[in-house]
Amino acid sequence: MTLTAELHIRRGGPGEAPREQVFHVPYAPGQSVLDALRWIRVNADPSLAVRFSCINANACKECMMQIDGRAGYACTARLTAGPMRVAPLPSKALVRDLVTEIAPPEERLTR
Amino acid sequence: MLELETDVLVIGAGGAGMYAALAAAQAGARVLLVDRGLIGRAGATVMAQMTVAVALGEECPDTTAAHYADTLAAGRGLCDPALARLLVEDGPARIREMDAWGVGWARSADGGHIRQVHAPGHDRARCVYVDFLNTGPAVSRTLRTRLNPVAAVRRIGDIVVTDIATRGGVATGAVGYHLASGAAVRFSAAATVIATGGLTRLYARNSASANMGGDGFALALRAGAQLLDMEFVQFFPIGHLAPRLIGMDPIMWDPFRYKLGGRLLNAAGEEFGERYGREQSGRYELTRDVATYAIFKEVEAGRGSPAGGAYLSFTHVPEARLREAFGPVIDRLAKNGIDLTRQAVEVAPIAHYHMGGVAVGADMATRVPGLFACGEAVGGANGANRLSGNAITEALVFGEVAGRHAAAHARAPGVARLRGDAPSLPLLAGASGPPGRNPAAALVRLQALMGESVGPFRTHEKLAAAAGALAAMEAELGDAPPAAAGGYDLARLDWFDLRNMLLTARCVTAAALARTESRGAHQREDMPGMLPDWEVNQMIDWQDGRLRLTRRAAAGVRAAA
Ligand SMILES: Cc1cc2nc3c(=O)[nH]c(=O)nc-3n(C[C@H](O)[C@H](O)[C@H](O)COP(=O)(O)OP(=O)(O)OC[C@H]3O[C@@H](n4cnc5c(N)ncnc54)[C@H](O)[C@@H]3O)c2cc1C
Ligand code: FES
Repeated sequence: MTLTAELHIRRGGPGEAPREQVFHVPYAPGQSVLDALRWIRVNADPSLAVRFSCINANACKECMMQIDGRAGYACTARLTAGPMRVAPLPSKALVRDLVTEIAPPEERLTR
Repeated sequence: MLELETDVLVIGAGGAGMYAALAAAQAGARVLLVDRGLIGRAGATVMAQMTVAVALGEECPDTTAAHYADTLAAGRGLCDPALARLLVEDGPARIREMDAWGVGWARSADGGHIRQVHAPGHDRARCVYVDFLNTGPAVSRTLRTRLNPVAAVRRIGDIVVTDIATRGGVATGAVGYHLASGAAVRFSAAATVIATGGLTRLYARNSASANMGGDGFALALRAGAQLLDMEFVQFFPIGHLAPRLIGMDPIMWDPFRYKLGGRLLNAAGEEFGERYGREQSGRYELTRDVATYAIFKEVEAGRGSPAGGAYLSFTHVPEARLREAFGPVIDRLAKNGIDLTRQAVEVAPIAHYHMGGVAVGADMATRVPGLFACGEAVGGANGANRLSGNAITEALVFGEVAGRHAAAHARAPGVARLRGDAPSLPLLAGASGPPGRNPAAALVRLQALMGESVGPFRTHEKLAAAAGALAAMEAELGDAPPAAAGGYDLARLDWFDLRNMLLTARCVTAAALARTESRGAHQREDMPGMLPDWEVNQMIDWQDGRLRLTRRAAAGVRAAA
């Protein structure tokens, strides 16, 4: 039997009513939530917005989001076989889908 | 279109770009430092875990001449002597400067001298580091902290540069867009510095971040600059493959294998290194290129591990020794369900660094007036193969030189800040193509193709087929990105990434196809052996929409003639 992860992802842009979309992702032990989000972009919906750079090293600290109600890095949060809820950080301005404005103000285009 | 103006525009905020920005500001220029990710976090610099090579002579007596000789030997006749010399000679000043800025290089137990360790290819203990596996983050943080109070440098993240802007053959800045909002931006600058890093994201198995698709090579080429040595992609032989290991850099195994004599085994549990020469059982004597070759051949012969690599085993090492050597890393491995006393991990060669790149002089100027480059984006310093630890030194040293010279150029009389033109300008203004196929999936296909056919071991047949496949992918990509869907539109970003990645991949493939010998990181199975006639650098130009490949006698050879 192949196991599946079921990601409930909060989507939408600023000013839009947030909607939840469910994706089923093949599960392999040891994977990260980011692995699943990247899988979704390649295999199901390339328009899913998610911020990340380093993928493995947990060095860039760009992939912060809300995972099952708690803030964490998508690249180190373990995927589980079963339902998981993923949402943008509630404390930061929403850019789109899972992406929020996390850069220091002085490093933004509009400050 | 948002218009921004400055003296010096620096594209890419890794070690090279941040150093360039600091140096340009110090020389009196106003600077704009932009990055497609967040400042100081998106590239290779922050990911580097290991060591930085520099002839400080703290651990044992050392000279820049000795470092230079090692660099040239690794480069197999293709190093640009001027660039290699600059790297080794300015290295100590940069590393000491970073020390004074509080980077925290590891010191001897009595706190006296900066620790330097041995790394493969160096004739003595030459490599500084920050504990534990913290070199890159520390370098990045230090430079960001230095930049913070500098009013002359404006930093902007989430800026994807899509082209260098030019007018009449002169670089006038760049164009791109703000990823977070989708807004088009044009930068008008008296001098522009490409500090965009390498291209290892072209390959399926890599140590890359999402921002290492080789943008800078494509930008430079389209602006009229030359590239060189594009066939030389360095593969790291024992990159982590399986089980899934998260929160750790895939190149982490090397120092442990080195320290503890980790064994490379095939699916039958045989230590196969010997069959390929030089390895003595349990001792780390397999050089990187031989290890890469041996793993590749075992997999080809059907003796690979399940994920398509080799096993790396430490099960013969007593647990106490493992604990001692791995320190806190053991616990991070345990969290990933990996118990080294009981199980082997799977490893395989992964794309790790690019030796080739933009052709520059010792002032980091390209042949396009006003356009500079630095860091991994530059080709030549490391020739056909790079010594471990040379890349961070290269980023810091070349960054400083580029920033200084870009500022001088910007302040020279008669240099204007013009609004330039660029091929992608109409695309940024809104031109869009039909909603094509999934660009994220196309990108994965490109990575698979490059891994299969333009990887560490090459043949004419595979390379020629790859060249054809790349042309087909370019046709499929079309002339315009999908219509913008507002802020953080990753499908649109994938399109722009593919545009650059395909051009860069074509350069690597064309140069690899033309080089009918094996040298350093370029190994042709059908053309084994290094030929004296090939002591040349291959230069690439972009002319009327076509790549043009020419040869130049390697500078070392030119100097000797
Ligand atoms: C995992 C890993 C470990 C390593 N370990 C070591 C080591 O131990 N020792 C060593 O010497 N070297 C090491 N290296 C190599 C070394 O880190 C790099 O060669 C070096 O840091 C490159 O610095 P850079 O500033 O040129 O590029 P980077 O640090 O890669 O920075 C380039 C920046 O440009 C940005 N950029 C790219 N394209 C665009 C665009 N179109 N628009 C805007 N911005 C753009 C990127 O987002 C990125 O932030 C390692 C590399 C990796 C990947
Ligand atoms: S992707 Fe870099 S820290 Fe998560």
